[in-house]
Amino acid sequence: MTGAEPKVTPELALAHGLTLEEYDRIIRLLARDPTYTELGLFSALWSEHCSYKSSRVFLRRLPTRAPHVLQGPGENAGVVDLGDGLALVMKIESHNHPSFIEPFQGAATGVGGILRDIFTMGARPIALLDSLRFGPPEDPTSAYLLGGVVAGIAHYGNCFGCPTVGGEIAFAPEYARNPLVNVLCLGLARRDRVFRARAQGVGNTFLYVGAKTGRDGIHGATMASEAFDETSAQRRPTVQVGDPFTEKLLLEACLEAMATGAIVGIQDMGAAGLACSASEMPARARTGAELDLDRVPQREPEMSAYEIFLSESQERMLLVVEKGREAEVQGVFAKWELDAVSIGRVTGDGILRARMRGEVVAEVPVQALTDDAPVYERPRARPAWLDAARAFDPRSLPEPADPGGTLLRLLAAPTITSKEAVWRQYDHMVGINTLVWPGSDAAVLRIKGTPKAIAVATDGNGRYGYLDPFQGGALAVAEAARNVVCAGGRPLAMTDCLNFGSPEQPEIMWQFAEAVEGIAAACRALEIPVVGGNVSFYNETLGRAILPTPIVGVAGLLGDAERRTTQWFKEAGDLVLLLGDPVGSLGGSEYLATLHGRVAGPLHPLDLDRERAVQAACLAAIEAGCVRSAHDCADGGLAVTLAECCVTGPRRLGAEIALPGGSRLDELLFGEAPSRVVVSVAAEARARFERIVREWAVSVIVVGRVGGDRLTIRVDGAPVVGLEVAALAEAFGRGLTRWVGGLVEQPSEDGA
Amino acid sequence: MRFGVVIFPGTWSDMDFHHVISEVLHQPVEYLWHRDTDLSRFDCLILPGGFSYGDYLRAGAIAGRSPVVAALTDFAARGGLVLGSCNGFQILCEAGLLPGTLMRNECLQFRCQPTHVVVDQTETPFTRGLRRGQVLKMPIAHGEGRYHAETNALRTLRETNRIVFRYATETGEVTSAANPNGSVWNIAGVCNEEGTVVGLMPHPERAAEPGVGSTDGLLLFQSLLGSLVENGSVLGR
Repeated sequence: MTGAEPKVTPELALAHGLTLEEYDRIIRLLARDPTYTELGLFSALWSEHCSYKSSRVFLRRLPTRAPHVLQGPGENAGVVDLGDGLALVMKIESHNHPSFIEPFQGAATGVGGILRDIFTMGARPIALLDSLRFGPPEDPTSAYLLGGVVAGIAHYGNCFGCPTVGGEIAFAPEYARNPLVNVLCLGLARRDRVFRARAQGVGNTFLYVGAKTGRDGIHGATMASEAFDETSAQRRPTVQVGDPFTEKLLLEACLEAMATGAIVGIQDMGAAGLACSASEMPARARTGAELDLDRVPQREPEMSAYEIFLSESQERMLLVVEKGREAEVQGVFAKWELDAVSIGRVTGDGILRARMRGEVVAEVPVQALTDDAPVYERPRARPAWLDAARAFDPRSLPEPADPGGTLLRLLAAPTITSKEAVWRQYDHMVGINTLVWPGSDAAVLRIKGTPKAIAVATDGNGRYGYLDPFQGGALAVAEAARNVVCAGGRPLAMTDCLNFGSPEQPEIMWQFAEAVEGIAAACRALEIPVVGGNVSFYNETLGRAILPTPIVGVAGLLGDAERRTTQWFKEAGDLVLLLGDPVGSLGGSEYLATLHGRVAGPLHPLDLDRERAVQAACLAAIEAGCVRSAHDCADGGLAVTLAECCVTGPRRLGAEIALPGGSRLDELLFGEAPSRVVVSVAAEARARFERIVREWAVSVIVVGRVGGDRLTIRVDGAPVVGLEVAALAEAFGRGLTRWVGGLVEQPSEDGA
Repeated sequence: MRFGVVIFPGTWSDMDFHHVISEVLHQPVEYLWHRDTDLSRFDCLILPGGFSYGDYLRAGAIAGRSPVVAALTDFAARGGLVLGSCNGFQILCEAGLLPGTLMRNECLQFRCQPTHVVVDQTETPFTRGLRRGQVLKMPIAHGEGRYHAETNALRTLRETNRIVFRYATETGEVTSAANPNGSVWNIAGVCNEEGTVVGLMPHPERAAEPGVGSTDGLLLFQSLLGSLVENGSVLGR
């Protein structure tokens, strides 16, 4: 072993983020002390981010199987059968910690990473969505993070050429020092040409392709596995720098190389770089790897073995190529002007053995780095403050004196307001597949060559997670699926990103376990399998954690793309109907948070059977062609939902609405509840719509009619909201322009 | 009409143009790699949108100096038709095939949105089948689409009737509010002296099928194919 490396001591292990118990475990597994390079390997592979050591026991509870699932969790992304010989590849990933340290590159490389997770499976990426959380934008740091993250996502996605078609952005003080950047990617592959990350075939060649390796991002995985403190800014060198142009070349080269048939396995080098791919690929195949690190293309001089293994330089993949066919694959990469270098071979002894300058610098059983990583069932404890938080009675607050003014305030609230200033910075059209652009409940993308389309949405609510983590998890699934259904899609599969504080806090571990149970329950009830996901722990600074925020992405299939549905009213004279309860609850609502500054109270009960029925009824009606618009009723409640139906489309249409009396005005207008959809139908389609919905035993009431230039809401005949659509559009449309609107356009020279 | 779609490292609208030309227009179309120089089998070449070479140095700067663009210059000189969209327009300007330059959007951000352009001249094969003053709805998607040219060059463009498209309102009025990127005189597209090379920032291939927002982009191609039939041969050859 090289003499130049530092001597490994327990202190060094601790500095690497390992515990003393973990260090002992390594010594036992190796039957000796690890080398410095080996310590680096373990610290990265056994980090929370790579090993899921605190979450694995709970994630096993998630339902992952269904007849149309071709690949569940365990590979770089999930794969779902779409029929017609096609498969949908999907995954969501977080890049939270890097985005706080360096928002532009943190978000950009988050996009880069998830794109690679998709095309490593053999799929061409067709869509990106991002789910973001920040502190209130009035805080300059949060505005800075918001601007940087949006610019980073735009930079990477636009240059690479994959449309960003949806997502969501929400704001709460709890995210101020811990922003969340969760990026979901969808890809299309031929069903019979899906690739896996396995190093199969003893004697086959490991081929390193893509960008050269530098010193950027070393210990990025470890950084993502720790909370922040005062010294966090010093971690800037741990943030990787992305190059979307190189990634685009890498995509084309990989897809072309895959078509040669010479590639046996492939994995991208993401978190923990070569260390991760060189251990996971043989581990899955029960083989080993013999590597010559001198052969790794390096862009900085005198890199050590440690650095080469742990570098998180972007835009690199590790291929396993059939022995003898290396030149064929290298020829493809040469055309695209990318490095493609043989760095080793697949062995049969289950060992990751790396040499540098002739000496063995690491010799570790791959199982030790992967399957034998610690698995923790950490202590859980129900938070002591939870009962008090739920016990708050929102009915103790006065009802709003000016419901119309309250509605305008909510429409302008950053979490609810228009996000167009953000998504107009994203190319959402490249590929010419986007049939429904950002701004509706779910994006819809056509599948060329078929009559089908895919609908996709992401959802999650941290306030719900805080007040009831089980329900927060379940509601994230329910809402994402409901949004897909409102677009006309039949939910096929989901991917989840679980964003929490430190798992070493029993209360947070409890929240996590509850959320996973809730997600599992909703997935079972709605029959949506989990095909992959990501856990992001340690989202906290100086002991203050984020709201527990499970975020769920659901993809659904439309058999007929022409049945796609958007959320805004279409024609004057159409009837407006409400599926589900007219009255919601204020506990955990946007109304309570924005108008009264509180996150408290009991959530509206969730009945998963009823959620299932509402979704099925809505989908059946859409598929039967009797729905003009469908909008999921979410943040801000019914009044906000109705206002959005009036103003989010290309034509602005008012409505005359009459709601039943007998409840508090705030609960009726701004209360939140699951399993609700506002639908508009042509008058002549009403009977058919109601008949379909009744088959599912779902309550439906007619609440009004589309038309005019005002939104008027009456309760028991008396108007409680009467606003011009122009006023609603102004409050909603200003959106986030104040913070991400770009320079105000100046008049250009008047030409002749 | 035989179409060629040029691919540079970093181009991505190649697939979109190929799709429209092949599946919607049912015309023969091939991809061309940026190193190809034999263009003799084509009637019309497309330089599509994308971020060729990552937009490093300047958008289109590196691509503008590639072998295929050198060959393109000869191709155009002999009357071959060229359409450059978005990054393609930037490349044509960098290569000197069209006057002017595309700079950073005035708002300093990337913008992806529908726009309207008014057709200012109908002499090119791409606009010959259209009406002067006709309004086309096509989307833009760029961070560097602000057209700029020196005063003399602008004057020449105007006097020789080479401004082809200008950003306008839905009803065809050329106003500053309708200008998404600060282009001088709202210029969205120009052509060369012969009218055989046209560059525009909007994406006609993204407005060529029902369901994706507009079919006005198709009109440029239909006009082009109409020209072919009208003359019995490609204009200028």
